[in-house]
Amino acid sequence: MVIKSILTHFATSAIAATLAFSSLAQADYPEKSVSYIVPFGPGGESDVTARHQQPFFKKLFDEDLVISYKPGGGGAVGWSQLNTMKGDGYSMMGINLPHIIIKPLQKNVGFETKDLTGVYMFHYTPDAIVVKQDSPFKTLDDLVAFAKQNPGKLILSGSGKGSANHLAQVRFDNMASVKSTYVSFKGTGKAVAALLGEQVLAQWGYTSVGAKHEGKVRMLAVATESRHPRFPDVPTFKELGYDLVSGAYRGIAVPKSTPEDVRQKISSMIADINSDKEFRQRMENDGMMLLDVSYDKMDAFIAQKSKEYISAAKQAGVIK
Amino acid sequence: MLEYLFQALTPLNLLLALAGVVAGTIIGSLPGLTATMAVAVLVPITFTMPVTSALIMLGAIYTGAIYGGAYAAILLNTPGTPSAIATTFDGYPMAKRGDGDLAITLACIASVVGGLVGAFFLLVLAPPLAEVALAFGPAEYFWMALFGLTLIAALSEGNLTKGLIGGCFGLLLACVGSAAVSGDIRFTFGSLTMIGGIETVSALIGLYCIPVLIDLVAVSERHLNVTGEQRGYRLKEAMAISWKGKFNLARSSIIGTFVGILPGAGGSIAGLVSYSEARRASKDKSQFGKGAPEGIQATESANNATVGGGFVPTLVLGIPGTPPDAVILGALMVHGLRVGPEMFESSGSIVYTFIFGLFIATLLMLPAGLLIGRYAYRFIITVPKALLVPTVAFMTLIGAYSIRNSVSDVFIMLVLGALSWVLNRFGFSPSPIVLGLILGRIAEEGFVQSWTIGAATENLFGMFFGRPISMVIIAAIGLGLFYPFFAKQIRLKRLQKEVIE
Repeated sequence: MVIKSILTHFATSAIAATLAFSSLAQADYPEKSVSYIVPFGPGGESDVTARHQQPFFKKLFDEDLVISYKPGGGGAVGWSQLNTMKGDGYSMMGINLPHIIIKPLQKNVGFETKDLTGVYMFHYTPDAIVVKQDSPFKTLDDLVAFAKQNPGKLILSGSGKGSANHLAQVRFDNMASVKSTYVSFKGTGKAVAALLGEQVLAQWGYTSVGAKHEGKVRMLAVATESRHPRFPDVPTFKELGYDLVSGAYRGIAVPKSTPEDVRQKISSMIADINSDKEFRQRMENDGMMLLDVSYDKMDAFIAQKSKEYISAAKQAGVIK
Repeated sequence: MLEYLFQALTPLNLLLALAGVVAGTIIGSLPGLTATMAVAVLVPITFTMPVTSALIMLGAIYTGAIYGGAYAAILLNTPGTPSAIATTFDGYPMAKRGDGDLAITLACIASVVGGLVGAFFLLVLAPPLAEVALAFGPAEYFWMALFGLTLIAALSEGNLTKGLIGGCFGLLLACVGSAAVSGDIRFTFGSLTMIGGIETVSALIGLYCIPVLIDLVAVSERHLNVTGEQRGYRLKEAMAISWKGKFNLARSSIIGTFVGILPGAGGSIAGLVSYSEARRASKDKSQFGKGAPEGIQATESANNATVGGGFVPTLVLGIPGTPPDAVILGALMVHGLRVGPEMFESSGSIVYTFIFGLFIATLLMLPAGLLIGRYAYRFIITVPKALLVPTVAFMTLIGAYSIRNSVSDVFIMLVLGALSWVLNRFGFSPSPIVLGLILGRIAEEGFVQSWTIGAATENLFGMFFGRPISMVIIAAIGLGLFYPFFAKQIRLKRLQKEVIE
């Protein structure tokens, strides 16, 4: 009897201690370095934005953010493994739109969009039509006029098929009732090289291209809601009569097994980084647009974007 | 100019250059840990540094890693980085016959020469050279990849059919996973393991290293044949050979610089192209592949020249010349630095200080590289087989895993390794397979893009055959393709002559 009561006593106190400890752990989270997996190779834009976040994570939360890479299958290799990782809040992975929506619809890639637990979308790089500085296309109207007169002959480079660039091209062609030719390159760098080398007439690129190659290229229009703070002189597609707001969206997801309160905690931490003035400045300088979609708004955001992307991807023949 | 040199010569920068070269060499020497990874892993360290010091350190790591790749290539027949593929062709035979120490010293000298030539071009000609990168369109990449494939003919003289079969197998392997241009997923046979495709570096480890490991276990002889006592660095001997091969070194360094300038080509192609050119130019071709020092000199000078060459489009155009450049460019963006031609004018101090830093790092590679190389060599020859085999086996697993943090890559590496061992028994060498694997993707990308553009402009023929640079490459392909037949003819004629005489 006595032994039993002692045992019970120990058991309850042990449970109590664990509970106390776990809630304490969350209060102190993070208490060690956090692993941040980029499902692409080093040097790409997903890597660069993660690198931008890295020092601010350290500054605000006093722990290291350790970036590693798991490239392959256009992100699929990483995302298909996310839920096998430990859900203790110390593993998180970058997620990208439209990739996580389009990929699983093309073929079995080992994950479904709904399998990924996104906790925050922190920025997007808006799509933009980019031409060489000395291009005869001075305005978007020039470009559209050329495309109307020469169906199929307006050749644009862009990064990837079924990518933000490609889907923007399909949607824009529909809105402007033109037919252009999209040439997919592996990565934005090579698409810019094709533009600068005059292999193509224009590029479906991102505002980051305009920022990085300022002086050598011009942007005819950007796919933002209102003008980009970094490029006050470049009109938006909306202003010019095309309802196109799009780009490559980036966010952060955690393994499914991550407890609810940790998900919320990470969401608010990324929000903190996003509201850091210096961070905003650095990102905007690179041509990125900051975005604040927190954990509670993720589902609605993904649902809305899915609708846009899926219909464009169907038209593009990227999915059936 | 001179003030930039002095800025590069501060004690801090010298220390960083040395540390970078040493770290790079060690990382690069481990199969699977590539220059790209060496740079990526060490990028965060540079965030706290001034921009020029960070650049110098990253450049030093990069250049060290490319050189370090030669160790494993020479001592274990496994390219430590893809840049060192062609180093295995003659490096390993040299090591086998007991000249591993000489081979490493030769590789070190060649790497330093190549690195200096690349940095020199970067210093004096970067902005105009960047135009070369832009002149290369999809059609040119397609033909360049085909040119690389013709190397199979040169590599498998006397055994062309097997070489071609190997090359085709490599091309098939290149198709597995998501397609280069369209992103379509193919040849995965429904397996999720295969979605990421065959990763080049893990394939290299499997194809080259696993057969060596199996043979180590299967035969009772020592791994490398070493006779007599230690002969030191054999620096004098190596210097004499290098002086004799000065034209080869110069040619290979220039090829390396230019290939480095082309975005997406990189050290592996530079090494292979200059290897085949060295072989073509050599008077005694029969020695190539059997331990000709010229082979090592060509590859190692070319791949280190790509470092300087690759920085040309990176710094002038903001378009990375090689994969490690992409990482360095990303780091520069985080540092808040804008690259572009104006870097060579207005903010010249950063870029010129960096270039001098690259020179210094390359020079430091000579003593550092010789010393580390000596330890690597000693380790491999003195360590008992019972220890060597598990150590190398462990390294292959870690290397294959770490490239993408993926267990699938380890499985693929092991399967390809076993296959490679079997194929070796039947006289197939791994090199044509690797050529197919690496070049297949570049060829496919260029072909699909050229076709799309050609079809849109209704000028398919002109797109593929009408562009001046393409025409030059096509001519070179013709030469490379029919070379073995010419060689045979010439040999026959010579024989006839001898018989008549």
